[in-house]
Amino acid sequence: MIRFLARRIAFGAGVLLVLSAFVFFLFFVAPGDPARMIAGDKATEAQLAMVRKNLGVDRPVIAQYGTFLSRALTGDLGFSYRNQQPVAQIIARRIPATLSLVAGAALLWLAIGVPIGIMSARHPGSFRDRIGQAFILTGLSFPTFVLGMMSLYLLYFLPKQAGLTLFPPGGYKALTSNPALWAWHLLLPWSTLALTMAAVYARLTRGQMLDVMGEDYIRTARAKGLSEQRVVWKHGMRAALTPLVTQLGADIALMLGGVIVIEQVYGLQGVGALAVQAVTNQDRPIIIGVVLLGGLFIVAANIIVDLFYVLLDPRVR
Amino acid sequence: MVVLEARNLTVDIPTEDGVVHAVRNVSFSIRPGSLFGIAGESGSGKSVMTQAMMGLLPNADIRGEVRFEGRNLIGLPASEMRKLRGGRIGMIFQDPLSSLHPYYTIGSQIAEVLHAHERISPEEARARVIDMLGRVGIPSPADRYDDYPHQFSGGMRQRVMIAMALILKPALIIADEPTTALDVTVQAQIVALLDDMRRDFGTTVILITHDLGLLSSVADDVMVLYAGHRLECGKAANVFRAPAHPYTAGLLRSTPASYKPGSELAPIKGRPPSLLATPVGCVFAPRCTEALPHCATQPPPLRVYSDGVESLCWLEKGAGTTAPVPPRAKATHHAGQIEPVATVENVHLTYQVGSFFGQKRTLDVLKGVDLTIGKGETVGLVGESGCGKSTLARVIAGLTPATAGTVKVLGRDMGALDASQWREMRRQIQVVFQDPFGSLNPRRRVGSIIGDPFRLHGIASGEERKAKVRHLMEIVGLNPEHYNRFPSEFSGGQRQRIGIARALALNPALIICDEPVSALDVSIQAQVLNLLRRLQRELGLTYLFISHDLSVVRHICDRIAVMQGGKIVELATAERLFADPQHPYTRTLLAASKAPPAPTGGKDRVLAETRQVAS
Repeated sequence: MIRFLARRIAFGAGVLLVLSAFVFFLFFVAPGDPARMIAGDKATEAQLAMVRKNLGVDRPVIAQYGTFLSRALTGDLGFSYRNQQPVAQIIARRIPATLSLVAGAALLWLAIGVPIGIMSARHPGSFRDRIGQAFILTGLSFPTFVLGMMSLYLLYFLPKQAGLTLFPPGGYKALTSNPALWAWHLLLPWSTLALTMAAVYARLTRGQMLDVMGEDYIRTARAKGLSEQRVVWKHGMRAALTPLVTQLGADIALMLGGVIVIEQVYGLQGVGALAVQAVTNQDRPIIIGVVLLGGLFIVAANIIVDLFYVLLDPRVR
Repeated sequence: MVVLEARNLTVDIPTEDGVVHAVRNVSFSIRPGSLFGIAGESGSGKSVMTQAMMGLLPNADIRGEVRFEGRNLIGLPASEMRKLRGGRIGMIFQDPLSSLHPYYTIGSQIAEVLHAHERISPEEARARVIDMLGRVGIPSPADRYDDYPHQFSGGMRQRVMIAMALILKPALIIADEPTTALDVTVQAQIVALLDDMRRDFGTTVILITHDLGLLSSVADDVMVLYAGHRLECGKAANVFRAPAHPYTAGLLRSTPASYKPGSELAPIKGRPPSLLATPVGCVFAPRCTEALPHCATQPPPLRVYSDGVESLCWLEKGAGTTAPVPPRAKATHHAGQIEPVATVENVHLTYQVGSFFGQKRTLDVLKGVDLTIGKGETVGLVGESGCGKSTLARVIAGLTPATAGTVKVLGRDMGALDASQWREMRRQIQVVFQDPFGSLNPRRRVGSIIGDPFRLHGIASGEERKAKVRHLMEIVGLNPEHYNRFPSEFSGGQRQRIGIARALALNPALIICDEPVSALDVSIQAQVLNLLRRLQRELGLTYLFISHDLSVVRHICDRIAVMQGGKIVELATAERLFADPQHPYTRTLLAASKAPPAPTGGKDRVLAETRQVAS
């Protein structure tokens, strides 16, 4: 078990190393001069050279990467080109918003998607199944930004015109300062993200449950005289859980690296919004930082999912 | 006194193709404490009927009446039905591995039955489960309570299922093919256990099986189903002594055990009807050898005989005695010099296996096997699952290299072949696989499947290939006009013929038949066995025949090798092996396999009553 974990962590570290090298060198073949961006259009050659020296970009690429890597290991990701603040700090400030968004939405999409999937799978072909399928199709075909704009228009803009403030226009309030305000600001982003994702999970759950409910051990459970609720939730869901956990791990990890569209639409100052700003500003250290953060989440989530497998399935133990 | 009585039970299942009439107008009654056998081939409706009775087929349209403990099970509210299931009626299914939940411990799965039906503390439930596990023969049950199903062997898993079915001491247990997925020696143990438990607890048992040998050894009463109809019913002793219905008689005739080795089997011709259509006359008439002119046009009456046997048949005197089949002489082998096709010398095979967390260990699958297969003979390879018989076949076919030892086929060392020789060997050794459904590509036409060997080895193409394929189809008894059909349009037996035709295409020196008939019903099995024998006689083929079924092996093989734990423990001619087994394991195998006794007649039987049945 320890050996397995050590192997997985070593492998994950390798993935991050390759990723860091890839994004780092990518920026040196990309066009654009960071010195010119910082010093402005009117800067002289001498000024530019000075800026380059300060940034350290006058040194050979390999040397720069070496410095970056050794600093990164201590948690120092360099400084933003824009405002000279430490990248790690800038990103750390953005994490709570993204984390709040993803965690809340994940709970919501599981709470909606899994029961719809189960309802659909229990009576395939029935009216209830068709309703479930319609939900899945609608959710999957709605782009998040359309749903986001629509909800803002219907639930914020129109009521506002009528003199009602049902929801805030956007933005993020810290959980630590005022939990109620935090939740009020996140309610629309949560629902928007959760509705599309719930469709994905409903479809996955439906497929899994259809397979599982045809298994022999489900027949055994019924032959024991268990109630249908127990058959479905204890025996069926238990077996359908593994692929759901895999998907959930991957989705959450991906989103913690930034939920670009939702954060933009609702003006949440999260990691995704930061990434968009960094790309617009050509702020390389921040882009590299955000990419590495995303990579870290995905690697970590994969290890956690593997550990879950071992917990869930006695046969792999 | 009856425990359960079914009257005019009819089960229809709506499907996309139409309504499947799975069970039609079946009536029976079961005496308390008896073992009631339901026999039938696949599609006879035996499993569907019991599952419908138990309310496990929610989509089925069920009519008729099933009385159990004073109540009609058909139409019983779901909550009442649930109380009966597990509480008053226990069920045991075919495959104990897939029937147990892989993620829960066996103890908790059994305890769940207690908790579902009684208010009981976890400690008390645990104690009762452990007691029950001990009674069904699980060693050190207290320690094994917290083990998962995959940590048990097949036989032990079925014991767990039996413990689960018995824990509340139900009045009735329905065992649906409880031994079919198990090895023959384990089968005997499980049947003995069921029989013991029935006596200990006074439980009535419904045993559903396709295995007439098994039924003849344990059942008190039997009912024979065919295409959803109850064709025959009565005391097991009387039915097996003198089957009244031609179908039952035909089934017994199809069993290789009732023949002298080497003789031709008398299979039931044709194949079972579609369950979508409603027959006008007798459902068995198209396959019946004794059919009268009106059998196909008028529904048969129920004949009740003096010994209590009932038969749904127009024949007044019941089925005729065993139709004499002229035993066709087989080309006898001269025991002296036979030219070897394949020789296996001291072959070992060792696998490296690593567990999930990396610990490596070695697994010896073959531990020094010697075997010679002579030209024109059939060598049988028998043994229980995991004994290495299929692995040995793969080694002989050159699909898995041996770790040590030599395999020579046609004088060539299979371990030292270059690419072109290996290709040539692929021609000389062909394999017929067990599963006729899984081993044919469903998207390719039968003609191209059978023609593949010609294509792959660049032997014939175009019209010439087509002609050869048609010829092959004719040889194996398929209609050459079905050249363009897909495998799904053929039945199991026909698919196995397709597999045999493909194997024959290149005139191979050796055909390895890996359990070729074990997925087939007994009447179809007899057809395929006859085909294999005929082909050998006509084409001089050499077979290596792998099977777990001793009666099949005995029937078709010249010599039989008994394998156990990666070794051949006994090798003898078929007759000698059965008459005078030397190795204790061979004796165990022989003792465990049960064959139905040959019918001895029923001359004293007279027709007592004839009833018209509404159908």
